[in-house]
Amino acid sequence: MSMKKERKIRVVIAKPGLDSHDRGAKIVARALRDAGMEVIYTGLRQTPEQIVETALQEDVDVIGLSILSGAHMALFPRIMKLLKKKGLNDVLVFTGGIIPQEDVPALKKMGIRKVFGPGTTTSALVEFVRENAPKRR
Amino acid sequence: MPPSNRIQQLVKGVLRGDKRSIARTISIIENSEPEAQKLVALLYPKTGKAHLVGITGPPGAGKSTLIEKMVKELRNRGKTVGVVAVDPTSPFTGGAFLGDRVRMQDLSVDPGVYIRSMATRNNPGGLAKATKDASRVLDASGKDIVIIETVGAGQSEVEVVKVAHTVIVTLAPGLGDDIQAIKAGQMEIGDVFVVNKADRENANKAASDIEAMLELATEKTGWKPPVVKTSALTGEGIAQLLECIDEHGAYLKTGMLDERRKERVENELIEALKEKITESILNDLRSRGEWKRLTQKILARETDPYTAADELLAKQSKSKTKKKA
Repeated sequence: MSMKKERKIRVVIAKPGLDSHDRGAKIVARALRDAGMEVIYTGLRQTPEQIVETALQEDVDVIGLSILSGAHMALFPRIMKLLKKKGLNDVLVFTGGIIPQEDVPALKKMGIRKVFGPGTTTSALVEFVRENAPKRR
Repeated sequence: MPPSNRIQQLVKGVLRGDKRSIARTISIIENSEPEAQKLVALLYPKTGKAHLVGITGPPGAGKSTLIEKMVKELRNRGKTVGVVAVDPTSPFTGGAFLGDRVRMQDLSVDPGVYIRSMATRNNPGGLAKATKDASRVLDASGKDIVIIETVGAGQSEVEVVKVAHTVIVTLAPGLGDDIQAIKAGQMEIGDVFVVNKADRENANKAASDIEAMLELATEKTGWKPPVVKTSALTGEGIAQLLECIDEHGAYLKTGMLDERRKERVENELIEALKEKITESILNDLRSRGEWKRLTQKILARETDPYTAADELLAKQSKSKTKKKA
C-alpha cells in the first residue's frame, strides 16, 4: 500500500428509460475520461433501481443521467428517492439531453444540480463536475 | 465519528455483506487513504473462504459477457458472487472508461451479487494494485466465488496468477493460429481454457490448437488444463465450465492450494517490504538537501543515475549508523 494519495473523481453515466440513443452519453463519458476521471458506463435502458445500485456498488461521487425519451419527470423522481433511501445523499447528480425548460425548476427542486441542454460544451461540463463533485466523504 | 469507530463500523458492515460498507472499504483501499492498512489488517483473518477465479484473455474475446452467464448460473446454484472488473487507465490523462458493467446489467440489482469496476491506475500486468485487496474484501463479505476480470491487454498479462486460485484463459475463434497458442505468457497461466463464441466458425480448430499446445507441455503436473467451448450467446458450455472450475478447486485442496498460498504470501511480503523500505528511504532522502542536489547534477550530466543512487545509499547508511551511536 503506497502512502501516495491518489483520489480520482468517479462518475457513473447512465441511460435511464427506453430510448436507445447513447451518442451524447458516450461523448460525455469520453470528455470526463479525458479530464482524468474514472467513468463507469451502464449501457442502455436502465431502471432507476439499476442506476442507484450501480452508483452504490461503484461508490461514485457523481451521477450523470442522459435522457432523450421525455420520461424524465417519471424516472428522475424515483432515482432521487432511491438515492436518499440508500444514503447516497451527497452524490452530485446532473442530467442532459432533451429536457424542456419548464421542467428545470422541478428537477432542481428534487436535487438534480444541473440540467445541460443541447449545445453544451464538454469543457463547461468538465468544469461543472470538477467544481461540484463532493470533496471528501 | 472518530476514525477508529469508522473503521470498526466499516469492518462490521463488510462482514455482514452490506454493499455500502464494501463499496467504501474498497475505495479507501484503492485511494490508499490512511485507514486502508488498518482495514485490510482487520479483514484479513476473515478471508480465505471464497474461491477466487481469474478471467483473462484478449480484448473482445467476450470475457464480460461470459462472466454474466457464469454468474447467472452460479446464482441458480445458490452461490453468492463478487466480481472485480479491471479496465485500463489512460497513461496520458489518468482517466478511465469502465465499460464492463454494460455486459452485466441484469446482475446489478441481484442482492447476492456485488460488482466493482476498477481502473488499473497504470499498474502493469492487467490488474490494478488494489485488485487483490478488493477481492479480499469481497471474500470477507461472505461471497462464495469472487471473479476477477483482467484488462485484456495482451500476452504478458499474467498478474492474475498471483491473485486467483483458478485462472481461466478466454479465447475466441479467429484470433490466431497454433503459433500464437505456443507463445509464452498468457498461454502458460491457464488452469482452464475457454474457446468462447463457439457458435462461430472455426471454434473446433481453435480448441484443437490449444489442446495440441497443451500436449507439448514438458512439465507434467497433476492437473491437465481442460479446454471448454462456450457460447455466451446460446449458453452452451457454461455449466461445463463451472464443473471444470469446481474440479480445479478440488484439485487445489489436495495440497496444491497450500503450496500456492505459501508462495504467494512470500511474494506479497517481499512486495510490501520493498514498498515500505523504498518509501521510508525516499522520504528520508527527500527531507534532506541531497536529493535535490543530485537530481540537478544528473540533469547537468555531471553524474549518472546509478552513481548518484550509490552516493545516496552510502550517505543513508552512514546517517543510520550515526543515529544508532
